[in-house]
Amino acid sequence: MIKHLLYGGLAVLGMASAVAAADSPASLMAQYAQQAGVPVSGLSASRGAALYRTEHPGRDGQAVSCAGCHTANPAQAGRSRVGKRIEPLAPVANPQRFTDATKVEKWFRRNCQDVLQRECSAQEKGDFIAWLSQAR
Amino acid sequence: MNYLLRGIGVVTAVGVASLLAFSLPSGDAHGDGGGNVLPRTTNKAWQQECASCHIAYSPAFLPKASWRRLMGGLDQHFGENASLDPATQADILRFLEANAADSGTSRMGSRVMQSMGANQAPLRVTETRWFVRKHDEVSKPVWSRKSIGSAANCAACHRQAEQGVFDEDTVRIPKQ
Repeated sequence: MIKHLLYGGLAVLGMASAVAAADSPASLMAQYAQQAGVPVSGLSASRGAALYRTEHPGRDGQAVSCAGCHTANPAQAGRSRVGKRIEPLAPVANPQRFTDATKVEKWFRRNCQDVLQRECSAQEKGDFIAWLSQAR
Repeated sequence: MNYLLRGIGVVTAVGVASLLAFSLPSGDAHGDGGGNVLPRTTNKAWQQECASCHIAYSPAFLPKASWRRLMGGLDQHFGENASLDPATQADILRFLEANAADSGTSRMGSRVMQSMGANQAPLRVTETRWFVRKHDEVSKPVWSRKSIGSAANCAACHRQAEQGVFDEDTVRIPKQ
């Protein structure tokens, strides 16, 4: 009986968290556009592509960019600095991408600091996802 | 109204989830396979977070003091921002401390400690005397081979590193 209650509770919990984590590239773009105070149509895939490709001086003076680790083609797997495989960033090649807002925010926070030496704006995050979600 | 219900749902879910998290042990060790094989000890957050960029280095490679220093500086983690939310960071540190080289939970850890000076708390596994001695036959050009890259890439040669197996039989040094 207690077991049944426990499993029932876990099932409900599972559903609740599944609903809570149901983010998508489109829903994240909508959220970032809203934060930036622009309509979704105000997000720009070409600005997102430029953000991805542009090299910046990193902490140790070496040029860094998103493409540096994620490769020039985001539908391909990349490599971390110590050689570990990074699964592709483009949803077309990896449907897991941009489905968890917490994870997306964690990586924007870290990687914008590493590449740009500052946080990214909501506009930049929206542009970035706009570009990646149409990458083929 | 809809938002209110949703809010209640989320708060309940978070509450139950945190109760579960605290009532379950966050790491579980099953025996020690000897000096070159680590106990199969794991922790979900450690595996998930640390292994995003590199293999999840075993807690037994460094003493508690090292892990405290390392986890206290994740925003500048060997030149990269690897910062975590405070709850995840605390969960991982608890696991690292419970299974650190000086926790007495593995033979490999005891060997790491044998050659560690008192009050030493290195941040890099490759700086420990144990690591240096174990790899003294590997020359510099080997470390920089393309498929190896650096001494941080254990799995390039220790083919079962991710399973905690560092036996010499499982070593294959790539030629390029």
